[in-house]
Amino acid sequence: MMAAQTITQIAVGEVVAKAEQAQRDGYRLVQIGCTKIGDDFEIIYVYDKDFVLLNYRITVKQDTVVPSISGAYFGAFVYENEIHDLYGITVSGINIDFKGTFYRTAIKHPFSVTITKEGDA
Amino acid sequence: MSKQITVPFGPQHPVLPEPLHLDLVLEDETVVDVVPTIGYVHRGLEKLVEKREYTEYVFIAERICGICSFIHSQTYVQGIEQIMGLEIPERAQYLRTIWGEYSRLHSHLLWLGLFADGMGFESVFMNAWRLREHILDDLEATTGGRVILGVCKVGGVRKDITPEKLDEMLRGLKAMERELQDLTNVFLHDNSVSHRLKGLGVLKKEDAYQLGAVGPTARGSGLAIDIRSTGYGAFDRINFRPVVEQDGDCYARCAVRARELFTSIDIIEQCIKKIPDGPVDMKVTGAPDGEYFSRTEQPRGEVIHYIKGNGKKNLVRHRVRTPTFTNIPPLVTLLKGVELADVPVVVLTIDPCIGCAER
Repeated sequence: MMAAQTITQIAVGEVVAKAEQAQRDGYRLVQIGCTKIGDDFEIIYVYDKDFVLLNYRITVKQDTVVPSISGAYFGAFVYENEIHDLYGITVSGINIDFKGTFYRTAIKHPFSVTITKEGDA
Repeated sequence: MSKQITVPFGPQHPVLPEPLHLDLVLEDETVVDVVPTIGYVHRGLEKLVEKREYTEYVFIAERICGICSFIHSQTYVQGIEQIMGLEIPERAQYLRTIWGEYSRLHSHLLWLGLFADGMGFESVFMNAWRLREHILDDLEATTGGRVILGVCKVGGVRKDITPEKLDEMLRGLKAMERELQDLTNVFLHDNSVSHRLKGLGVLKKEDAYQLGAVGPTARGSGLAIDIRSTGYGAFDRINFRPVVEQDGDCYARCAVRARELFTSIDIIEQCIKKIPDGPVDMKVTGAPDGEYFSRTEQPRGEVIHYIKGNGKKNLVRHRVRTPTFTNIPPLVTLLKGVELADVPVVVLTIDPCIGCAER
């Protein structure tokens, strides 16, 4: 079995400070991912140092404005644009902001709705 | 300052088999800025966890990519097994490792052929793909598939390999090793190749780390980031050291992949010598309840499958971060300062798999 993993819940206002701290501590940004849970959205920031993961989770509503961490990690723009385009969550201050054109999907914000097994939205 | 012009590169381009678009901002012939665009073929495969049970979904996970398909399925089932606390049979772990390294050989030879073709080195292209056929033949003989193998399942693997076939595979790989040595020597010691690639598209070690580079893109810049070092599958029982080059240029990234061909053969040889007898799968009941970041090393670098289940047959979330996705920011950086004519070669040195990134 692989090592156990923990995810620390933080507030939206802590996202940038935690990213800057991770950057100072020598972590690389591994990914930012979003999950729809009921009416809420979980965004998990994953950092890695020497193959040990550091995970932070925020829980937001779709109209929450989430600050960008692209100031600390230049490469965050791919994940933040993806979250905006697939989930409709606004990320403010992205260094390269595609303004909704990163993914050209037929359905706007397709991951913001849950499809049941029968196909009902 | 010269007048700046923007030249569109892709998504259709003769040396670019993948739909990646780059807006290249040029001053004279020099790239001074790059804006990447993907999303032309986004499939939303992750969304299908809502319609497919977690045991069925492994077939979709495998179809995320047509090159490193097996390792996607391996990463997915590894995450499910971790959440469910399953200790799969040791023989299955060895078999997964063998097929994973065969996938790496197949992918690196595919890349070498495409890259050589992109540079006009046709003999290397043809020989790389000729050797790749042997790899695909072994995959077909042991799994029934050449690209989509379909052998990974939650709890183990669907097929075993006989000792006689393992011996035959080993003999084939040892014979191929000599041919690979000739091929990579010709490629890496060719004056034109060296002249074209050395000092081109340099990604410094600190930039590679900060920008999130993975795989040969990171290791070509001196970073020993290789998830095989974490010991997943049978890697905790295999002697293995990541291949690392220091120069960070196009040549270094090519050299990493060339040397990794031999590392993969060595890993397969160790697996074949150490593989224990026993079952290759186990009975699995219930459904995953929890979350896990499953990581493996694909040919292009670290891949992550985030899996979240709630005890029901359908997962809550499956999110894949592919190596090419995280190699886009480094690509933007290493293209700055190169000549327009070198852009295709530089792009090919990160071995982009946009189909994978557009899962």
